[in-house]
Amino acid sequence: MSAPANGGWETVIGLEIHAQLSTKSKIFSASATEYGAGPNTQANLVDLAYPGVLPVLNAEAVRMAVKFGLAVGAQVAPRSVFARKNYFYPDLPKGYQISQYELPVVAKGHMDIVLDDGTRKRVGITRAHLEEDAGKSLHEGLPKQSGIDLNRAGTPLIEIVSEPDMRSAKEAVAYLKKVHTLVRYLEICDGNMQEGSFRCDANVSVRRVGAEKFGTRAEIKNINSFRFVEKAINYEVARQIDVLESGGKVVQETRLYDPDKGETRSMRSKEEANDYRYFPDPDLLPVEIDAAFVEGVKATLPELPDQKAERFVSTLGLSEYDAGVLTSSKELAAYYEQVAKLLAGGKDATKEQAKLAANWVAGSLAAALNEHNLDITETRIDAARLAGLLNRIADNTISGKIAKDVFEAMWTEGKDADAIIESKGLKQITDTGAIEKAIDEVMAKNPGQLADYRSGKDKLFGFFVGQVMKATGGKANPAQLNDLLKKKLAG
Amino acid sequence: MHTFTLAELAKKLRAKEFSVTELTNSLLGRVAASQPKLNAFITVTESEALARAKTADEAFAAGKAGPLTGLPLAHKDIFCTKGVRTSCGSRMLDNFVSPYDATVVEKLDAAGMVTLGKTNMDEFAMGSSNETSFYGPVRNPWDSKLVPGGSSGGSAAAVAARVAPVATATDTGGSIRQPASLCGVTGIKPTYGRVSRYGMIAFASSLDQGGLISISAEDAAMVLNAMAGFDPRDSTSVDTPVPDYVATLNAPLAGLKIGLIQEFFDKGLSADVEKCIREALSVYEKLGATLIEVKLPSLPLSVPTYYVVAPAECSSNLARFDGVRYGYRCQDPKDLLDLYKRSRGEGFGAEVKRRIMTGTYVLSAGYYDAYYLKAQRVRQLINQDFRRAFGEVDVLMGPTAPDVAFAIGAKSSDPIQMYLNDIYTIGANLAGVPAMSIPCGFARGLPVGLQIAGPHFAEAKLLNVAHAFQKETDWHRRLPDAFAKEML
Repeated sequence: MSAPANGGWETVIGLEIHAQLSTKSKIFSASATEYGAGPNTQANLVDLAYPGVLPVLNAEAVRMAVKFGLAVGAQVAPRSVFARKNYFYPDLPKGYQISQYELPVVAKGHMDIVLDDGTRKRVGITRAHLEEDAGKSLHEGLPKQSGIDLNRAGTPLIEIVSEPDMRSAKEAVAYLKKVHTLVRYLEICDGNMQEGSFRCDANVSVRRVGAEKFGTRAEIKNINSFRFVEKAINYEVARQIDVLESGGKVVQETRLYDPDKGETRSMRSKEEANDYRYFPDPDLLPVEIDAAFVEGVKATLPELPDQKAERFVSTLGLSEYDAGVLTSSKELAAYYEQVAKLLAGGKDATKEQAKLAANWVAGSLAAALNEHNLDITETRIDAARLAGLLNRIADNTISGKIAKDVFEAMWTEGKDADAIIESKGLKQITDTGAIEKAIDEVMAKNPGQLADYRSGKDKLFGFFVGQVMKATGGKANPAQLNDLLKKKLAG
Repeated sequence: MHTFTLAELAKKLRAKEFSVTELTNSLLGRVAASQPKLNAFITVTESEALARAKTADEAFAAGKAGPLTGLPLAHKDIFCTKGVRTSCGSRMLDNFVSPYDATVVEKLDAAGMVTLGKTNMDEFAMGSSNETSFYGPVRNPWDSKLVPGGSSGGSAAAVAARVAPVATATDTGGSIRQPASLCGVTGIKPTYGRVSRYGMIAFASSLDQGGLISISAEDAAMVLNAMAGFDPRDSTSVDTPVPDYVATLNAPLAGLKIGLIQEFFDKGLSADVEKCIREALSVYEKLGATLIEVKLPSLPLSVPTYYVVAPAECSSNLARFDGVRYGYRCQDPKDLLDLYKRSRGEGFGAEVKRRIMTGTYVLSAGYYDAYYLKAQRVRQLINQDFRRAFGEVDVLMGPTAPDVAFAIGAKSSDPIQMYLNDIYTIGANLAGVPAMSIPCGFARGLPVGLQIAGPHFAEAKLLNVAHAFQKETDWHRRLPDAFAKEML
């Protein structure tokens, strides 16, 4: 599928994702990396770039980068080199950032995304390299001054650079989400976008449909939510098309997205861009990675999201869509699998059980979490309780419809399903006599509709179902009601 | 007691001929008296020295003294010393009191040595004459109108004047060997990676190496024993065992193959210096060594190569001095750019700025390949030259510097002439091999140094070869008349 019709223009997008690696200490020093500590309390002499100090590489950061490389089917470089990227800024204490330039640790990987129409698309990953994060400048509460917090300085990052393979903002978001899911599965990044642990820059250009040459691109910096990525790219695409259609030229520049105004604006042009004067860092030896190390990392790889989703489809019979939703986080998938297993009494779930569990986890539960802005780990209904509710549906104690009310009550009251069914008297009516009695009463009260139905207005069947359900407080077993009503109405 | 070598002082302290406190007091007196004449020190740590001397005396009393306990030394002001100003010879760090000790300082402290103070040096170790120091030039003890060499000029002058028996120093392109040669003392630049660079303020990281300036090779061996070794805080330090450098000092030289670097006996070498070198070589022949002429064809390219690599690294290493966290900050900066420009403009001296600019230029887009990459390739060739030579001979010998000490001011306005003073020393830094300079005579009344280089990690062999010479000669025991008396 290609991009939405844009008056003959095609959008071309590449992303540079920065993911903070969740190592305990920094990439080149022993300082802690925890977020939220008081300013400069997690910056030692190395982070502060005191005279004479030297960096020492944290092996854990390398291990995590290799893990990522293996998970995206990339090549792990047997030899990679740290380089210095030189520029002056107060939050960059050394006056250079240690990064990787010519020889990155990971190269030539890929990631598959599913488009709206269900087709798959492969997005190339050019490279992923290790580097250190900079500190932060603080302006709030400091009139006429700037504060510098160097707690973040030296936090390990991998920068994941994609090929310019995406053709719409939606594709870019799908890819970004996929990478986000993956790094959390791998437990190499907490994925927290608000705290800046996962952020991205987007390279955006447009060209005439069918053109081979890429248009001139603009780089949009530091976009920190999925929503903003989509908005920023769409704004930028419209801007560039506007420029071109009014006879102008897109200039190569860095632009900043302003989420308040919903627009991008120029930060600096190519001419103003820094000459970073990259050269190999003489304080650090090249990183040599042997096959044994790679094999060791491979052995620690978890089941990856795509593998898990495939298993949900092939062995549990879920739809691709449900499988995608349920594997969007490792925790959600684990929750789902636990519900399904409990529903099956600890055995492998049948396809029916798997489907029931999937409907509820991807449906009501996901909706409730979303509504309250909670993560699956913060759910108010644990897997055992949800399985308890689904058991009552399976054994016909309650109908699916009543179950929704029970679910609501469980969420707000924090009790298990049985207690709520009991206290609210929601147990399903399965006594044939009781249902027949209710049907008789409804038929007696609605002679006109009964006559119409019998003269051929089949659609009135729903009316009768509704009336009986109303009379029984929604507790009549739907299947039984259906059968009995059909017989009675037929006369 | 100022004329004694470190080895002799160690024996006398053990024999209780005098106490560490007496020795320390005596030398502190010499330090103070020499300052107006030499300007060899930037900071004198008198009270700390006396406190450490007392501790050392207690160790002797308790029978817990090690081989270096109580022996005095001075540190080049490029090594960070906790609680003591560490200026690196620059206005930029004039107000910088280091919050930590360099590994070298930590190790020598742990060995019980007594630090007298911090020695003067060219600003950020950039210079060959000690004239670029913010604290003024150091004077050569042999003639106060002359330079002591650089950048470790303060360390060399202090040892030459017997103000301190030994001093730490650093060598990026000759900064230990050239001043040792010009001051008539012994200097050793170990293999790159043999001594930790942690806490040694970086000039050019791939070339910088810490070492020593001492009276004798034996003294250097004693201190190097405590100073060398792998440091987990320095990724470029090498994890190979440190041999006992003292144990092999007296190994016989019979059969030693000495390579004479042909490229060093060129027209730039003054005739009377060459004469001293040739005479020194004949001493080795008498000791049973064979002299073999060797060629290192890429070596003449070492000066231009060095002046690309070293400034490139320095331009990046010195970026941290920005007036933000420590060091010099200009008055009332009006904005960030002004803070950077004036703090650096006012905090750095002319030679440092020249090298930062050169380095920034050679790393710039469009010039990187032509300069930096090419220089790295030439560096490989020089490395191969050394490797090939050490396939044929055990050590290489030649002059340390083309001439004896020159007058203060004579070359300070001509950077190229100044840079050519390091023409014989830079090769060892580019190849990372160990090299020494030992006194081997006098030309026009001024000391001449013989340079000895060896393969990687051959410090024990170098010290052995130097010690053999010093057993046969007394050049290293000569001291300038002006500093001959105990009380200056």
